[in-house]
Amino acid sequence: MPTVLLLGAGSDMAVAIARKFAAAHYDIQLAARKAAALQPLQQDLQVRYGITATIHDFDATNYSTHAAFFAGLPTQPDITVCAFGYLGDQEQAQRDWQEAATIIHSNYTGAVSILNVVAESYEARRKGMIIGISSVAGERGRQSNYIYGSAKAGFTAYLSGLRNRLFRSGVHVMSVQPGFVNTRMTQHLTLPPLLTAQPELVANAVFKATQRNKNVLYVKWPWKYIMLIIKMIPEGIFKKLKL
Amino acid sequence: MQKRLANWGNYPTITSEENAFTQEQQLREFVVSNRQLIARGNGRCYGDASLGKHSISMLKYDKILSFDEQNGFLETQAGVTLDQILDIIVPKGWFLPVTPGTKFITVGGAVASDVHGKNHHVDGAFSGHITEMDVITGDGETVTCSQERHTDLFWATCGGMGLTGVITRVKFDLKKIETAYIKQKQLKARNLEEVIRLFDEYKHYTYSMAWIDCLQKGDSFGRSILIVGEHATKADLNPKQQEAPLKLPAKPRLTVPFNLPSFILNTFTVKAFNWLYYGKNFKKEINNVVPYEPFFYPLDAILHWNRGYGKAGFVQYQFVLPLEQKAGLVAILQRISEKGWGSFLAVLKVFGHQDSLISFPMEGYTLALDFPVRKGLFEFLDELDEIVLQYGGRLYLSKDARMKQDVFWKSYPNANRFADIVKTYNSGKRFESLQSERLLLTK
Ligand SMILES: Cc1cc2nc3c(=O)[nH]c(=O)nc-3n(C[C@H](O)[C@H](O)[C@H](O)COP(=O)(O)OP(=O)(O)OC[C@H]3O[C@@H](n4cnc5c(N)ncnc54)[C@H](O)[C@@H]3O)c2cc1C
Repeated sequence: MPTVLLLGAGSDMAVAIARKFAAAHYDIQLAARKAAALQPLQQDLQVRYGITATIHDFDATNYSTHAAFFAGLPTQPDITVCAFGYLGDQEQAQRDWQEAATIIHSNYTGAVSILNVVAESYEARRKGMIIGISSVAGERGRQSNYIYGSAKAGFTAYLSGLRNRLFRSGVHVMSVQPGFVNTRMTQHLTLPPLLTAQPELVANAVFKATQRNKNVLYVKWPWKYIMLIIKMIPEGIFKKLKL
Repeated sequence: MQKRLANWGNYPTITSEENAFTQEQQLREFVVSNRQLIARGNGRCYGDASLGKHSISMLKYDKILSFDEQNGFLETQAGVTLDQILDIIVPKGWFLPVTPGTKFITVGGAVASDVHGKNHHVDGAFSGHITEMDVITGDGETVTCSQERHTDLFWATCGGMGLTGVITRVKFDLKKIETAYIKQKQLKARNLEEVIRLFDEYKHYTYSMAWIDCLQKGDSFGRSILIVGEHATKADLNPKQQEAPLKLPAKPRLTVPFNLPSFILNTFTVKAFNWLYYGKNFKKEINNVVPYEPFFYPLDAILHWNRGYGKAGFVQYQFVLPLEQKAGLVAILQRISEKGWGSFLAVLKVFGHQDSLISFPMEGYTLALDFPVRKGLFEFLDELDEIVLQYGGRLYLSKDARMKQDVFWKSYPNANRFADIVKTYNSGKRFESLQSERLLLTK
């Protein structure tokens, strides 16, 4: 049985991804900060899909534990999905370094730390796949969420560099750029329905893209063009916009 | 987030702050730090029972916790829908002990409405199949209750419309099946007299219900089609079906994409529909073997058929009358026929005996009718309520959007006792819906 490791397994998007892979008979390793809370999900995956699911404590910001965490998994996963992230509060993060640091570490530093470990192992075995869930918010900084956006920008650049480096060893790296996704993370926001994906749609797209070794995945196709336009707006104009 | 919410009847509509949880700890914290909360499943009750200022969407609380394939027990979080459950249990030879006419409801909704199925006269309502369940009460505690433990909470939660707290986990038993098919018999009844006689004649069947044409007068007053069925055995299937008796062929779904203008559903179209349905081509008796889905969930094949009633929405009027009060049934059908406000859907069913605190079923006849919201409708339904009261019947809270307070208090004999138990567990008056406000159940 191939195995998928899900880092940040408690999020709605991760749950949908876990179910999608489990339905395709992958075993699932669920990792998150309070692993015990993942038990219902673990049971659900086993009952619904008859696969083996395990749960593991993992704290993205506790860097020194990452190597031991990965080495201690019951089997080495064939696919690692980095799905953790923290939206945070932009206005608070502008004033309060603690909030800014949490956003940066949860979306960027923590991801780099664990994926460095995973990449090392996959490179040595000359196989494996890494999937990073980044965000379109990383493509251009906007006043409404540039701290989150900048961390995701860093993550996107990291993933593209990693893809470049691991290509020769046969390890594939995929970056996923979901736009708005209807999750608990965004339940307090009003999102445009046509541009908003359900977690299941993200999961389906991710699963399909892994079968085709896609490099960069935009979950709802308009996003690719929206971001293209947003990136093309000259800075002189962009800075005057209320985005 | 502030959201416009309505249940299946699209009446009434409310702006509500919706919150979803996957972790029990967060859910409990939310309960103790807020008020005017109501749990919401899949919004398939017709009226205002799961609408409130703050709604707790249970749809993400959707984990199946265990499935004992040997003995047929299932344990799930409350937001799992019946269709997800069927996908897992049917291929293993198990079925729901009780199912309503749609599979798009949650387990929590099934408990809070104490739903009944076509087999009520044989297997009772959903509550009779629960081994235990967890409820988060008003003080944020998770209480495990059953027919033996915390029985007051248990019985007030079954049919209690979410007013005792948030159901989080339910364990219940399943029914063994050999195939995913139903051996059904459809019988044409010339009038009400005949269909009631047929119900009695075929009461040994596990499943039964009848579609009534309520626009008929005179000799064909109450003409109907009685449908009865049993789970098919392997021997009942054709050779092709026998190859995989627990597997159904996949089929595409139809959907009504937007609200149809309400004039489409008028007396004329109902007449035409009923004419086609009961028309001359229908033989006196049809016997066949069908997949379980069209038998139990004929309407689910058309997703969002509720939009067919237009923007103003509709209400479903479902009442039950004691067995010996057939005259009440005649009186109500007569009022409807005189008024000419036929219902597309008119479903008649005979309930078996049920002792319960606040659940809807009692031994007798239950009739469910759809009426599009229009001028004069509520006055008309108030008149029907009087007839229901006069004959000792009551209305189904899960379908209700408009019943007046005194109708409820007069017709549910345990109303006071129920309200007392709600008071005990709903401390701080946290749980409240439009319905509970209207009926003064949580005051
Ligand atoms: C086409 C159709 C056919 C139907 N046929 C039948 C039938 O044959 N028999 C029958 O009995 N009913 C029938 N119903 C009604 C339906 O079964 C009930 O209304 C059911 O309760 C809906 O469940 P839901 O998950 O959609 O919950 P909702 O409609 O969202 O809520 C219903 C009630 O349950 C409460 N509730 C939901 N989840 C929880 C929870 N976790 N904790 C506490 N309270 C909760 C809500 O507060 C509310 O009071 C039918 C409905 C439709 C649309």
